[in-house]
Amino acid sequence: MTIMRAAHGACEHRDGTLKPTVALFVTCLVDLFRPSVGFAAIKLIEHAGCRLVVPKGQTCCGQPAFNAGDRADAIAIAKQVIAAFEGYDYVVAPSGSCAATLKKHYPELFADDAEWAPRVEAFSAKVFELVSFLTDVRGVKDVCASLNASVTYHDSCSGLRELGVRQQPRQLLQSVKGLRLKELPESDVCCGFGGTFCVKYPDVSNAIVGKKAKHIASTRADMLLAGDLGCLMNMDGKLKREAIAIEVRHIAEVLAGMTDKPPIGGKL
Amino acid sequence: MQITSPTFKANTVKALADVDLQRALRHVETGFIGKRQKAADALPEFDALRDNAKAIKEHTLQHLDLYIEAYVAKVEASGGKVHFAEDADHARRIFLDIAKRRKAKTVTKGKTMISEEIGLNAFLEEHGITPVETDLGEYIIQLRGEHPSHIIAPAIHVNRDQVEADFRKTHVDLDPQRDLTRPETLLSEAREILRRKYGEADIGVTGANFLIAETGTSVIVTNEGNGDLTQLLGKCHVVLASIEKLMPTLEDTAQILRVLARSATGQEMSVYTTLSTGPKRAEDEDGPDEYHVILLDNGRSNMLGTEFEDMLRCIRCGACMNHCPVYHAVGGHSYGWVYPGPMGAVLTPSLIGVDKAGHLPNASTFCGRCESVCPMRIPLPKMMRHWREKEFESHLQPQAVRTGLNLWAYFARRPKLYRTVVSFAMPLLKLLAGRKRRFRMLPLASGWTKWRDMPAPEGRTFMQAYAQSGHGHGDER
Repeated sequence: MTIMRAAHGACEHRDGTLKPTVALFVTCLVDLFRPSVGFAAIKLIEHAGCRLVVPKGQTCCGQPAFNAGDRADAIAIAKQVIAAFEGYDYVVAPSGSCAATLKKHYPELFADDAEWAPRVEAFSAKVFELVSFLTDVRGVKDVCASLNASVTYHDSCSGLRELGVRQQPRQLLQSVKGLRLKELPESDVCCGFGGTFCVKYPDVSNAIVGKKAKHIASTRADMLLAGDLGCLMNMDGKLKREAIAIEVRHIAEVLAGMTDKPPIGGKL
Repeated sequence: MQITSPTFKANTVKALADVDLQRALRHVETGFIGKRQKAADALPEFDALRDNAKAIKEHTLQHLDLYIEAYVAKVEASGGKVHFAEDADHARRIFLDIAKRRKAKTVTKGKTMISEEIGLNAFLEEHGITPVETDLGEYIIQLRGEHPSHIIAPAIHVNRDQVEADFRKTHVDLDPQRDLTRPETLLSEAREILRRKYGEADIGVTGANFLIAETGTSVIVTNEGNGDLTQLLGKCHVVLASIEKLMPTLEDTAQILRVLARSATGQEMSVYTTLSTGPKRAEDEDGPDEYHVILLDNGRSNMLGTEFEDMLRCIRCGACMNHCPVYHAVGGHSYGWVYPGPMGAVLTPSLIGVDKAGHLPNASTFCGRCESVCPMRIPLPKMMRHWREKEFESHLQPQAVRTGLNLWAYFARRPKLYRTVVSFAMPLLKLLAGRKRRFRMLPLASGWTKWRDMPAPEGRTFMQAYAQSGHGHGDER
């Protein structure tokens, strides 16, 4: 497998007179496991003509608590996130899952709270998943990166079904020079990660990711991409265990032309 | 039936190792999904019909008492009788009273999940009455002494070879040399056996897809026509139905029929849509002498007005389980009671208690595919989460899970402390992983590393790296 490292072309910044300010919600997994994705997101957001800030008070979106039925902690964490992020024009996360929590589920958490509900609504309206922010909000059509490789793309569930992220990543991938997109069979089927699901029901999760790994291998692509690090770590872990040689990366790394770092989980 | 939901985990391990089951489950993935998609794509107003269907059921549930009252009046006016059953035991006793009065020895049955819910077959056998399932799938699993593993395809877990073996074992009076290698030959053999039973039956039992308040009519949809024969040729027709089957009018019912079969099997309509109103009238040539409806509550009225009310919109199409990756992996029996898949994960805790069915709403990745195909737009993942909230409130989750969650939340709520800890931990983890950049084993993460490697972190956290990268911090707070 030869992958020519992506390189950014001489793309002009979109230079609007009024640059909107984007607060990067980096997500806990990117923060802890793959900072490269955060830096790729910064590059993409700045190239889309935005000013970028990274609010310090961030840890996690609270989804683990929310999905475990622990509403009190979920609400406390949500308030913390809202307070840190609500002052900016946009809040962007390199994850459909975390963005959906901020955008779709925070309003549910505060539905009965007359004081917070309007504040949450205003906050949630400003939240976007990274790739759809670039295309749908900033009108980016071409990312000016190049990568001589065949890639396949997995549609992570939350981004796909809660935020309607489907065409946007394909559109931007097709603008990467030299990149050949090979569609993944059943790309819209869950990879079996599901947050704590994968450790609470490891055997069921394994059956699901096992099927996913077979589909990924069948594409014979050089690289597997997705927009959520949780899914990527799950799929990479299974691919490595099954000794299936394919580089696994977050889509932002390719779109930003930043594939110089070793892939997720290293190489086989 | 015996509830095995508490041992869900063990059930799944067994199911994952069952080669025949795994082969059968491939049919769910490959068959239903494409057919539903094709049917939905062929009908431009499909999504609008879903909105309409949802609105009709929402309205009905809001006025359920009135519609039940109107329905009962109409059934009685047509010469039938409605019996209210509070729970499974009550429903069984009502049925036994009818059967005893009619001195019933044989009962033919169309497909009914309520019969499974009240465990009717075993109960009848205890009382010397022979139940005969007439839906092919139900007939097969009755021969096998099993329960349905899918609400519309009860024998989806059984393969053709197994059916052949069951038929040879049961139909011993037939020629042992006969050819049973094709589905058609199996079908005609079952048909031949079952045709004899309809006329002999003392009672014909069916379920109901809808009960129509406007006319006092019960509606069933089938593809085999067995339901029609069951209810027409039996001398007494007993309908088993739960309270949420009520519909205001025939017109409303017609609307929901347009999404039902498309969502279930991808058909525009099921082969038979059969309406029955009361017993045989004086001028009718055929039909039952008596018509009874056993209207079962069994916990459903407790769902009204709660966060679980939306579940009562369910029309039992099976689309949620047909699209569920967990169902695809482990099949219906793993869920341990009558209703499997996402709809079962929400409904089962309501009906048998979350203490017994707690695993079900947890065994979901929240991928949302079920909700995306539900014709009644039931927010299934949201309601599974509500069950998790109930479990959390009642301290039903395992202690290890609770401790882990509390510890994590403690740090997540304290950004400065969190930073200090992860800034130290992540570089250390990277170091431990070494040049491979992943772990084959990791203490406290065996659930992950049992089947997967664990990718190692890159080293410094993003926040550390960002602070050290010379990026201006802008006006971040």
